Amino acid sequence: MLSLIRAVIGRDLRLAMRRQADIVAATFFFIIVVSLFPLGVGPEPDQLRRLAPGVLWVAALLATMLSLPRLFADDHRDGTLEQLALAPQPLALIVLGKVIAHWLVAGLPLVVLAPVLGVQFDLAGDALAVLTLSLLIGTPALSGIGAIGAALTLGVRGGGVLLSLLVLPLYIPVLIFGAGAVDATVTGLGAQAHLSLLGALALGGVFFAPWPTAAALRVALE
Amino acid sequence: MRNKLINWFRYASPQTFYPLAGRMIPWFWGLAAIFGVAGLFIGFLLAPTDAQQGEGYRIIFLHVPASWMSMFIYLVMAFWAATGLAFNTRLSGMMASALAPTGALFAFLSLWTGALWGKPMWGTWWVWDARLTSELILLFLYIGFIALQAAIDDPRRADKAGAILALVGVVNIPIIYFSVQWWNTLHQGASVSLTRAPSMAAMMLWGMLLCALACWMYSIAVALMRVRVIMLERERHTDWVRALLRGKA
Amino acid sequence: MIHWNSLAEFLAMGRHGPYVWGSLLVMALLMVAEPMLLLQGRKRLIARLRRQHRAEAAERGQASAGDRSMANGSND
Repeated sequence: MLSLIRAVIGRDLRLAMRRQADIVAATFFFIIVVSLFPLGVGPEPDQLRRLAPGVLWVAALLATMLSLPRLFADDHRDGTLEQLALAPQPLALIVLGKVIAHWLVAGLPLVVLAPVLGVQFDLAGDALAVLTLSLLIGTPALSGIGAIGAALTLGVRGGGVLLSLLVLPLYIPVLIFGAGAVDATVTGLGAQAHLSLLGALALGGVFFAPWPTAAALRVALE
Repeated sequence: MRNKLINWFRYASPQTFYPLAGRMIPWFWGLAAIFGVAGLFIGFLLAPTDAQQGEGYRIIFLHVPASWMSMFIYLVMAFWAATGLAFNTRLSGMMASALAPTGALFAFLSLWTGALWGKPMWGTWWVWDARLTSELILLFLYIGFIALQAAIDDPRRADKAGAILALVGVVNIPIIYFSVQWWNTLHQGASVSLTRAPSMAAMMLWGMLLCALACWMYSIAVALMRVRVIMLERERHTDWVRALLRGKA
Repeated sequence: MIHWNSLAEFLAMGRHGPYVWGSLLVMALLMVAEPMLLLQGRKRLIARLRRQHRAEAAERGQASAGDRSMANGSND
């Protein structure tokens, strides 16, 4: 079981490495969106500190979504997905592997970049740490929930926009607890509760979302 | 028991359900009209003035039924989605698609009446209160469902994809509601208190219940009308639709 | 029994008139518009399907007159 997941992850990572432009584009999108905000709302440090958690988290949501349409589309086009669906192993496990690979490719760069971008917003050290930690815990949930949307819109016209329409409302709890954790640190309340809830969401997103995703993939393959 | 099951599946076929729905629609319209007139009569003409909110509270007779229906319809939609996935009946998916626009309508009306209620009571059209925010998200979920089904050409696939989305949504609604409430208590910036007076006169309660019943009957009538249109469209190549359309020349 | 003393008072709704009537009006309008749109859509769909069926029947060279007698016209 684990070896299957590992094989899927390895394969997806190798494929992603061949198309590094995609990863780079989504990452730069994240950087640019975050950097635009101070230009839009003004450079006052107090205000920027207050906005930082929300801005960084919303940008992370959007950047994750940008890479979601590719999650199954390539495998669908070349017929790999049909092979995988026919395999004796449960499709949900394969989906789990793909979700983890997606997170490594799309989520992890955001986590790494977040502290640097947080400095732009004059966040203090502890807030930066919590921001990074919250993204580390929360982005897997984004990949997991997003996979449902990616599977539902597979091969559908206008899939990209539709995907964001379906997925963004489902991202709201992650956004609330993720940005809330940083907010709580900034105001001195402690982020423990937020981070625990975020962890629960991430576990739910990563381990339950593959089942509806697999069901949606089977529908798309019919 | 077995007999009953067969009966149910008999009605689950579009061919038998179509005329049945046609016969039921006028009854539900009638009930909606009776309940609506009675509810509005009580709410707008008989009910006393609210001690705290003055006359503006009468929006409650519109707002609360609309909010209830918007949530209830989503649950019913998810129920049809689940039966559609479990038993693979054609009717279930059609019912889910028929309900979604009406649910979205009520979600919108709930927001609209809520804004018009909020302005005189709290001095603002919109507050990021847990209930208002959740209602807005519910509207987004409806729109996502409708958009997904509209984007898929094959009706069977649209039904199944919509069903999965509806079920994911229904699992998420409590999580979303809880998180929005948590978020709201942390951001107690607004000074308005949204807790309404719990002591509601019996007459107000009756007016509200009757209005809610009217909205319920309306939803059934409209959903049946829409499901009939969907049936005609989807089953246009079948003999029964051909025969039906010839008969009505 | 009726709560109001005059029509003007009823319409004013204790200075909340625009809000109360604005709610009721929009709700009533939309709840009338929805079934109206449905009826219209249904009429258009039926007309379209009839045309389609007639075209198909003509293609197959079938006389539709004979079928008409056995059609079932039990509902609206």
